Amino acid sequence: MTPPRALTRSLLAALLMAALLLPMIAPTYYLQFFAKAMLLAIVAASLNLVVGFGGMVSLCHGAFFGLAGYVLALASPSSSGASLWTSLPLALLVVAIAAALVGALALRTRGIYFIMATLAFGEMFFYFFHDTRVANGSDGIYIYFEPEIVIAGWRLVDLGNKTSFYYVALASLLLAIIVISTLVRSPFGAALMAARDNEQRARSLGFPVFRIRLTAFVLAAVLAGIAGYFSASQFGFVAPQTLGWHVSATLLIMVVLGGMKSVLGPVFGAFVLLGLEEILKSNIEHWKLIEGVIVIALVFMLPGGLQHLAQLAFSDRRAPAGQPGSGASRAGRQHHG
Amino acid sequence: MADIVLSARHLTKRFGGLVAVSDVSIDVHRDEIHAVIGPNGAGKSTLVNLLSGEITPGEGSVHLAGKDMTARSPDQRARAGLGRSYQKTTIFPDVSVFANARLAAQARSPKALRFFGDAGRDPVINAQAAAALSEAGIAAHADTPARHLSHGGQRQLEIAMVLATTPSILLLDEPLAGMGPAEAQDMIALVSRLRNGRGILLVEHDMDAVFALADRLTVMADGHVIATGTPAQVRADPAVRVAYLGEDCL
Ligand SMILES: Nc1ncnc2c1ncn2[C@@H]1O[C@H](COP(=O)(O)OP(=O)(O)OP(=O)(O)O)[C@@H](O)[C@H]1O
Ligand SMILES: [Mg+2]
Repeated sequence: MTPPRALTRSLLAALLMAALLLPMIAPTYYLQFFAKAMLLAIVAASLNLVVGFGGMVSLCHGAFFGLAGYVLALASPSSSGASLWTSLPLALLVVAIAAALVGALALRTRGIYFIMATLAFGEMFFYFFHDTRVANGSDGIYIYFEPEIVIAGWRLVDLGNKTSFYYVALASLLLAIIVISTLVRSPFGAALMAARDNEQRARSLGFPVFRIRLTAFVLAAVLAGIAGYFSASQFGFVAPQTLGWHVSATLLIMVVLGGMKSVLGPVFGAFVLLGLEEILKSNIEHWKLIEGVIVIALVFMLPGGLQHLAQLAFSDRRAPAGQPGSGASRAGRQHHG
Repeated sequence: MADIVLSARHLTKRFGGLVAVSDVSIDVHRDEIHAVIGPNGAGKSTLVNLLSGEITPGEGSVHLAGKDMTARSPDQRARAGLGRSYQKTTIFPDVSVFANARLAAQARSPKALRFFGDAGRDPVINAQAAAALSEAGIAAHADTPARHLSHGGQRQLEIAMVLATTPSILLLDEPLAGMGPAEAQDMIALVSRLRNGRGILLVEHDMDAVFALADRLTVMADGHVIATGTPAQVRADPAVRVAYLGEDCL
């Protein structure tokens, strides 16, 4: 069933070439669309580190994405752009701390309780920005100037330039894919998947399961934060909806659509969903409804996707009697020799 | 007593109204097999779980190699040298036999949680995994998906995984359960060899195996220790005859 490795590689190389050359042929509107899609693809791919490889179905990943945008908004002076060298690390630091706190509490639960706990934490971020005046409440907050990327008085990249921004988004996506692939292949990744496949065995072999999961949760949040930062810069605006539960749910749909067993699956899932949205939006009046129907149909037609998610959500991995994940996931397959 | 690798004192565990383990003290010496026997529901597996840290005791303490481990988690105890098998086979069913052993060896490696490098290509870890599979006698099945192994093969794999973590204390909960006679003979020979340089706590129902292997024997019933000593002493104990073994067993 799986296409040969060489074919996959040449296809990916062709895609990369197309992505690099796109600004030469595509109108600005499409560049903006693809930049947005690539940033959301980062978020979906990072969520899959938690969901697919870690076995933790999180519903607050959107909160980390939105939070980074809020930090940029709050760190931006009113008459000029914030310096990327300070505001990006600050945004990622805030996201990492938030994820560490949420993870440290939520990871004490399993299965459906973990989903509910992450949902609740995600909503806490939403209501924090919605109900307080910290960042203009429900009205949201504007970012009038893009962050500045300046070295020794020389502007390295102008994020306001659509082509430059496109390449920044592409570079971020490639970086995220490389980071996630490296993690998945590493000993850390093997331990993360071992904990997903049989938590009890992983612990009794000596793997500190809680610490491993928390690390993956925080790393994924930081990757989502990078995308959230640039996304906020692209739109020049953040509102509480940017970190609400429906963002997290949409991300989860991208992951399921693309498949949870590979690093690249959710990247394609993001493109498929956003592309679908784009086509429907411009052609059909009640496009949300149609989109919903198509997504549901796709998810049910695709083998494994939803079923795998349900397994992660409803199996109680603590029960010593169970052999969770058996027969389902092949993502954890190890190679040797 | 330098050669006591595991020492538990006054362990008690209640499940609601049921006292599953009641005031149990037990020592495991290096180079020895300490067998724990008793009827179903005696509290043997609960005792193993208390020793491995999967269950926290209501009262009592657990020391490994002289260090108090009572408050330590299962993974901390594993890293301190404790390895265990489960009464119900507990492996990674979706990956190959070799990958199971490799994960076990990785768990005790200084590189266990490295963020880079290929997990499958560490020569030291791979060699350790291969050695453990050979020792447990399933090297021939290295590439088989673990779930395709026979029941006996999965039991052997579980032992191989424990060995790959290079433990100094082994807790084996009914390693012979569900094995055919030939497989059981191999397992008995393996467990017997494993005592060299290690301490083993063996829970087992098969009396022939127990008397063939045990250097020390503890009998449990209803959560209590009713007798402990050399196999000969325990055989002679009248309380044991009444409570468990039955005249015909001896
Ligand atoms: N998690 C638990 N919750 C409630 N009761 C339990 C739990 N685990 C064990 N028990 C009970 O504690 C008692 C001791 O069980 P345990 O599994 O330790 O016995 P055992 O000696 O290993 O028996 P067997 O020879 O059948 O394996 C039993 O009555 C059992 O039902
Ligand atoms: Mg038992």
